[in-house]
Amino acid sequence: MAQKAIREYDAKSILAKHWDKYFPDFTYAYETVMVQNGSELKEAAKTASWLNEKTLVAKPDMLFGKRGKNGLVLFKDAKPGDVSLAKAASWIDEKSSSDQSVYFSFDGDTPTGEPSVDRLTHFVVEPFTPHDQSEEYYVSATCVGDDDVIYMSAEGGMEVEEGWDEKVTEVAFPITATEEEIAEKIRANVPADVADKDKAQFAEFCIGFFRAYRELNFAYLEINPFVMQGNKIELLDMVAKLDDTAGFMMVDEWGAVEYPTAFGMEAKSPEVEAIEEADAKTGASLKLTLLKPEARIWTMVAGGGASVVYADTIADMAGIDDLANYGEYSGGPTTGETKFYAETLLDLMTREPDPQGRGKVMIIGGAIANFTDVAKTFTGIIQAFEEYAEKMKAVDLKIYVRRGGPNYEKGLRDIKEAADRLGLYIEVYGPETHVTDIVRMALEK
Amino acid sequence: MEQLYTKDTQAIFWNNNKTAIQRMLDYDYTIQRKTPSVAAIVAPTSGNKFEKFFYGPDEVMIPLFKTTAAAKAAQPQADVLLNFASFRTAYDVTMEALEIGGFSSMMITAEGIPERLARKMNQTAREKGVIIIGPATVGAITPGAFKVANIGGTITNIVNSKLHRAGSCGLVTRSGGLFNELSNIIAINADGIAEGVAIGGDRFVGSVFIDNMLRMEKNPAVKYMILLGEVGGTEEYKVIDAIKSGAITKPVIAWCIGTIAKYYDSGVQFGHAGASANADSETAEYKNKAMAEAGIHVPASFNELPAMINKVFTDLKLADIPEPEMSVCPTVRSSKEFICTISDDRGDEATYAGFPISSVATPDTGKGIGDVVSLLWFKKQYPKWATDFIETVIKTVADHGPAVSGAHNAKVTARAGKSVVESLVTGLLTIGPRFGGAIDGAAEHFKYAEDNGLDPKAFLNHMKKLGIPIPGIGHRIKSLKNPDLRVTGLMNYAAENFPSTPLLDYARTVEALTTSKKENLILNVDGTIGILMVDMWRALGYSEEEINEFIASGTLNSFFILGRTIGFIGHVLDEKRLAMPMYRHPMTDILYDVQVAEEIK
Repeated sequence: MAQKAIREYDAKSILAKHWDKYFPDFTYAYETVMVQNGSELKEAAKTASWLNEKTLVAKPDMLFGKRGKNGLVLFKDAKPGDVSLAKAASWIDEKSSSDQSVYFSFDGDTPTGEPSVDRLTHFVVEPFTPHDQSEEYYVSATCVGDDDVIYMSAEGGMEVEEGWDEKVTEVAFPITATEEEIAEKIRANVPADVADKDKAQFAEFCIGFFRAYRELNFAYLEINPFVMQGNKIELLDMVAKLDDTAGFMMVDEWGAVEYPTAFGMEAKSPEVEAIEEADAKTGASLKLTLLKPEARIWTMVAGGGASVVYADTIADMAGIDDLANYGEYSGGPTTGETKFYAETLLDLMTREPDPQGRGKVMIIGGAIANFTDVAKTFTGIIQAFEEYAEKMKAVDLKIYVRRGGPNYEKGLRDIKEAADRLGLYIEVYGPETHVTDIVRMALEK
Repeated sequence: MEQLYTKDTQAIFWNNNKTAIQRMLDYDYTIQRKTPSVAAIVAPTSGNKFEKFFYGPDEVMIPLFKTTAAAKAAQPQADVLLNFASFRTAYDVTMEALEIGGFSSMMITAEGIPERLARKMNQTAREKGVIIIGPATVGAITPGAFKVANIGGTITNIVNSKLHRAGSCGLVTRSGGLFNELSNIIAINADGIAEGVAIGGDRFVGSVFIDNMLRMEKNPAVKYMILLGEVGGTEEYKVIDAIKSGAITKPVIAWCIGTIAKYYDSGVQFGHAGASANADSETAEYKNKAMAEAGIHVPASFNELPAMINKVFTDLKLADIPEPEMSVCPTVRSSKEFICTISDDRGDEATYAGFPISSVATPDTGKGIGDVVSLLWFKKQYPKWATDFIETVIKTVADHGPAVSGAHNAKVTARAGKSVVESLVTGLLTIGPRFGGAIDGAAEHFKYAEDNGLDPKAFLNHMKKLGIPIPGIGHRIKSLKNPDLRVTGLMNYAAENFPSTPLLDYARTVEALTTSKKENLILNVDGTIGILMVDMWRALGYSEEEINEFIASGTLNSFFILGRTIGFIGHVLDEKRLAMPMYRHPMTDILYDVQVAEEIK
C-alpha cells in the first residue's frame, strides 16, 4: 500500500525539521518526546530539561484518535495542568502494563461498537500548553479525486469533528497549481470565523502547511488542533500518512520514520515481515497477508489481478473460513526469490494438520503470464517442494496447478515430474483450463 | 483519434529491454508489418549505436540514442513512447518527452512512482492531449497493427489468443496478467479483440476506463466492450454515467474483481495499489450491482464471465473475421557475429555499396579511386568535385621523401630482409599524432573554434591554454613569401570547385594572425587537407555531429594512410631492387650517456 500512517511524534518531527522553510514567520518549540515506558521518559528528561521544568501532557501515539474520550490523555493529577514528570512516568507504566480497551467510535460520549484490545507501547509526552479555546484552529490536507484539498476551520478539537459541514472551509487545487495560485486562493478563503486580526496570520500558516504537505509527499496531514498565539504555534495533535513510494526521494526529508502496525491490529508475523523485506529488495513483487493460518486452503498465485480472482472464487465456493492467506508474486521474480516465497508458505501450511482431519490444499495458480518465465519460477517452487516434501505429506497436502505464459509447457512438465518423484499429490493444468477452475476441482475432491 | 495504434505506428522504446523489443519485432514479422514497430531505443548509458534484433529469420539493427530528444529528432514519425524506466526515473522521462512533443501516446510500465509525480505527469499529459497508459501496466495492443512490449506474452500465446488480427471486442482491464487471460477467454468465446488496454494497477493512472472506452465507442472495429474492474476507486461509475447519457451505446460486459474484500477490514490490501475500497461505493459488489442496474452485462461471478461473453457476442451475429496471412517466426535463430554494411559478395558479382565492381572499375565507367573510396568508406556516391578532391588529397600525400619517420622505418625493415607487407606496416605504424596526425588535429581544433565562434585571437589563446601548438599551422621552411605549392594547388581547386569553404576561410584569418607573428606559421598541407575535408562534408550535407564523428573515428587519418601507403611501398620496392644490406646505425651518431645503476635498498 502506498499510503502509510505514521506516528504523531514522527509527523511533528518532520514538520519541525523543515519548520523554517515552510513557516519562517512562526515559531514552534518542538518540545515532544516519544517513550515506551516511564524509565525511558526519566532518561529523556536528562537531555530535555523542559520535562522537569514544565507540567506535562501524556498520551499514547499508536495511530488511533479519540484518546480523550477513551480516557487516555493525561493532563491532570489533582487539577488540569499539574502533571509532573514522575506522575507522567508512573501513568505511562500503568497504562502499558496491561491490555487496554479502546473504542474507535462514539455517539456523543458513549462508545459504540466493539473495543479493540491491545497493549499500549508508545507514548508521546509534551508540555501542558494553557491557551484559550479561541486560539485553537484546524487544518488538514489530502488528495480527493484528482485534486489536493485543504480543509481549514477557526475551531479545533471535537468541535470541528462534530460540526464539520458548517465549520470547515475546503479549497481544492489541481496537482499543477503553482505556489502563487495556491497562496492567493487560500488567502481568499480563510474561514469567516477566524478573527479579522488573525486572518492574515492564519492564511500564512495554512499556505506553509499546504506547501509542506505537497513538497514532503504527505498523503494525509492533519493538525487538530493547532494553537496560534501571535506568531507562536503549538501542534497539539497531528495525524499523518506518507506516500511511501516517494521514500527514495525523501530519505533526508523524512529521516528515520517508522510505519507502525495500528493499535488492535495483530503484529506482523516474522514470515510476513520476511516477505516484505524480500519484496523491498527486488524489482519483482512479493506480497503475503495471513488471513487465517490454521485454515486449510493456501494460495500461491502469480499476478496482482489473478490473485484476487482466486481469492474471490475461494470465498464464493468454500467460504472465507477455509482461506488461510492472500498473496501474490509477479513481475518476473528470480528462481531464488520464488523459492523463498514458496518455502515461506510451505513452512506455514505444514505446521499443523487440519483440526477437522481434512487434507490441506495448495493452489498454485496464475493467469497467462506476459513476461514472467513460468519454468524459471516453477524451478523455485520445485526446490521448495524438495525441502518440504515430507512435511507436505504429513498434512496430506494436495497441490493444484494452473498457469500459462512464456515457457509454461516446460514449467508444468517439470513441476508434475518433481511432485511425482517426491510422492506428492498434484494436478496440473495449462491455459486450456479456465483460470480458476482448479478451485472447483480442489473443493470437489 | 479513434484507434490507439495503426499498422504504421512506430515507437521510441526508452530502455534497451531486449526481450520486450524482440517480442514486438516477432509480432511485427508475424503480422507482416512493413516497418518494425520500434524505430529507436533510448539507452542513456550505452555506448553502442544500435542493437541487433531478429526480424523473422533475419536480423535488423534498431538505432540506439542517449536521449529521447536525439531519438525523436532522428525518428520524428515515431509518436509512441514506451517508457520502461524504473520508478525512480519514469516521471522525468515522461515529462521530458512531453516537453519535446510530437507523441500521441505514452506507456509507462514502472510500478510505484511517487503519487504526486504520477498525478502531475498524468495531468500534464492530459493538458497536452497525450494519452498515458499506465503507470504499472503491461500496455496495450491493437491486434494486427501494433503491440506494446510484453503484452500478450509469447508469440505462440498471441496466436492462440487471436491477438494477431483484429477481432471485434474492445477490452479494458486494470491488471496486465488478467488482460492476457481475458484475451484468451475472448478468443475462445468470441472472435478476439479489436483493441485492448491494461490501464495499470497504481492508484493514479493516466488514461482510465472511460477515456479508452469513449475512444473505442468511436472505433468502428469495436462492436462491444469488456471492462474488468477492481475493488477500489470510482472509475466504473464514469462508465455507468456515459451509458446513461448515451455517450456509450455499444454493448458492455463488465466485472469487478475483489468481492472478497468485504470479508476483511481495510487493513488487507488485495491486489494492486489502486485496489482498496474507502467507501461502500468502492467495493466490488456495489460496483457490480450498479453496473448491472445501468444495463451493463454483469455475470454472477468471474467464473461465469466466459459464458456471458459468449452470449453477448453470439447475439451480435457478427460476420466471421477472415484469417489473415501470417509469417511464421523460426523457433531456432542464431545471431550473426559480424555485420557488414559496405560490400556484399553473395550475388553473381561482388558489389561496393550496391554497385558491381565492374561498374566502377574500368576507365569507361568514368569512375576513379575517389569514387571507390566514397562507396566503401562512406556508402554514398559523391559528386565528381568531391571524388576528384579525394584523389587530389591521396596524390598529394603519397610521399614526402625517405627521411620522414615512416619511410625511414620501412626502408630499415626492408634492408633487414623482411617482406613488402612487413616493411610496409613498420612504416604505417609510425602514423599517429606526431606523423600525419596534424590532419585530424587541424580539422578538430579549427572546427571547434569556428563552431564556438572563437575569433582568431581567442582561438590562439584557447590553444595556448590547452598547451599544444595549433595543428596544421607552421612549416619548416615554407612561408607566405615562399608558399607550399601543394597547398596552393589544394586551395585553388577548392576555390574553383567547392560550393563554399567556410572553415578554410576561417583558417585563413587565423593564418593571417599567426604569420604576422612569425613568417613560417602558415597553414600547411596537413591543415589544409583536414580543413577542406570538413568543408567538403559540409557541402555534401553531413550534419556537424556526423562530421565530428568522422574526425573522432580517424577518417581523416585514413586518407593519409591510404595515400602514404603508395609512397612506403615505393621505398620498400626501391630497397629490394637496390639489394641494400642490413642497416646498422653509425655509433658516431649516438650520444652515449650511461651511468652505473644505483642500488635501491
